[in-house]
Amino acid sequence: MLEVLQNIFTAQNAISGILLGGLFAVLGVGMTIIFGIVKLTNLAHGEFVILGAFCSTLISQALDIDPILTLIITIPLMFIIGMVLQSVLINRVMLQGSEPALLVTFGLSIILQDAMLLLFSADARKMNPSYAQSNISLPGGLYIPVLDLILLIISLVTILVLTLFLRRTYMGRAIRATSDDIVAASLMGVSIKKAYAVAMGIAMATAAVAGLCVGMRWTFYPSSGGEYLLRAFGVVVIGGMGSIPGALVGGLVFGLAQVFGGASYGLLASYVVLIIMLAVRPQGLFSK
Amino acid sequence: MSEPILKVEGVQAKYGDFIAVESATLDVPQGMIVSVIGANGAGKSTLMDTIAGVHKPSAGKVYFKGEDITGMPAEKLVTRGLSLVPQGSRCFIRMTVEDNLIMGSYPKSARGKLKESLERVYELFPVLKQKRNDLSGSLSGGQRQMVAIGRALMTNPDCVLFDEISLGLAPTIIKDIYARIKEISAGGMTVVLVEQDTQRAIRTAQLCHIMLKGRVVLSGSSKELTDEEIKKAYFGL
Ligand SMILES: Nc1ncnc2c1ncn2[C@@H]1O[C@H](COP(=O)(O)OP(=O)(O)OP(=O)(O)O)[C@@H](O)[C@H]1O
Ligand SMILES: [Mg+2]
Repeated sequence: MLEVLQNIFTAQNAISGILLGGLFAVLGVGMTIIFGIVKLTNLAHGEFVILGAFCSTLISQALDIDPILTLIITIPLMFIIGMVLQSVLINRVMLQGSEPALLVTFGLSIILQDAMLLLFSADARKMNPSYAQSNISLPGGLYIPVLDLILLIISLVTILVLTLFLRRTYMGRAIRATSDDIVAASLMGVSIKKAYAVAMGIAMATAAVAGLCVGMRWTFYPSSGGEYLLRAFGVVVIGGMGSIPGALVGGLVFGLAQVFGGASYGLLASYVVLIIMLAVRPQGLFSK
Repeated sequence: MSEPILKVEGVQAKYGDFIAVESATLDVPQGMIVSVIGANGAGKSTLMDTIAGVHKPSAGKVYFKGEDITGMPAEKLVTRGLSLVPQGSRCFIRMTVEDNLIMGSYPKSARGKLKESLERVYELFPVLKQKRNDLSGSLSGGQRQMVAIGRALMTNPDCVLFDEISLGLAPTIIKDIYARIKEISAGGMTVVLVEQDTQRAIRTAQLCHIMLKGRVVLSGSSKELTDEEIKKAYFGL
């Protein structure tokens, strides 16, 4: 028994878990933004992520560039898709209440999944840049997978940029103000519809980043969205809805659970953590 | 008297089928302090919300600076120089005091003056400067009211509607805030003071409107209105 535990809770696993934490955080951050600002459970977030993964895969193949460089295209592209989606579709149904909007995101997830199946086929995909197999050796036989380190850095930079945007810019403040009090925000000159559209654009942009990370780390299919929606949801629940620092901590918890659970029980371990969390502190660690 | 900066003509406002404001008519002359008083539920906040574009009127007209602004949304009106300090202050509680104030300069028309406006608000309410980096949700009621007032001033308005800013505050704090409002008015701004507390509002304002059950039932200059008249109108005797 002790031996089994010793095999699981190794320093190497802790390293992997922490590295993966960034990826899970960026997966959850787009979801938490929509929860916190638009007050909407975006059931299509998983498909957004997979869409991002497909975009990066296809663009990197077509232009023969490193997958990471595709972010220069996918981030603005997904941002615009998000803004348009919110402006022409979700804002409109939100006037009828939050339940119709929830159903619309559910419908969107199905449509997106089918569209990706039609356009990209059901084949398994994965981006495999040359550095994907390299490791950096550490003392004591430990190592850091280069890919995981890169994904962690990309995720942290994304979250940092997002935080600075929300803290320091007029639009960022307007979005936070909208999440606090819609009436007061509109009295300050904020167009609520525009704030929501930008928030959805940002969520989509983070999905572009998450999609890149997922597509470089794991095999994915048009139908993989649901799995990542559940993980994103888990991160949001652990961290507290609407909290970015919470998403970071949630991501870390999920990353560790994933690794300690191993290939067979990773997802299961994550959900055990999630259920314990829901039972003990349902408002999340960083809820406000 | 010059053309009023704000004119309300026969405005009706409803919540579903319930009529909260009925044929309300009142004038707010440029540069004055005007009070709107009335008991609990008289429709004061509904009328203010309707003027400021938070609530859509179902009938009537609102004019600001001679232009028809009926039904115009709040985010447009603020750029025209009309600002509302809503009842209950409604600070952005998860944002710092300074971020709340900076939100006031969100309208493009106000952004250029951010620095000056911020200095002016800190001069008016020095305690806000001390607490600039605190979350506004951690402040006392009076301080939150100051944030809400400061935030409205940051929008660079010509006319500000103050909805029951004294509600739930200690008398010394009310006195202080009222002194500040007189300062603001002395700078040339038009002020509308909504209050349940008639004494203070009438003393501060030059012109009074009294509301009862959704209607403006009495209007006149503070000097001319007698206590008896006001009491009758206020309670509907
Ligand atoms: N959101 C709402 N939905 C339905 N009815 C409302 C709503 N807000 C206010 N009312 C009703 O409209 C009427 C006028 O309310 P309003 O808040 O305008 O009064 P008020 O004069 O501002 O009162 P107070 O001094 O208590 O703030 C009241 O009868 C109130 O119950
Ligand atoms: Mg009121």
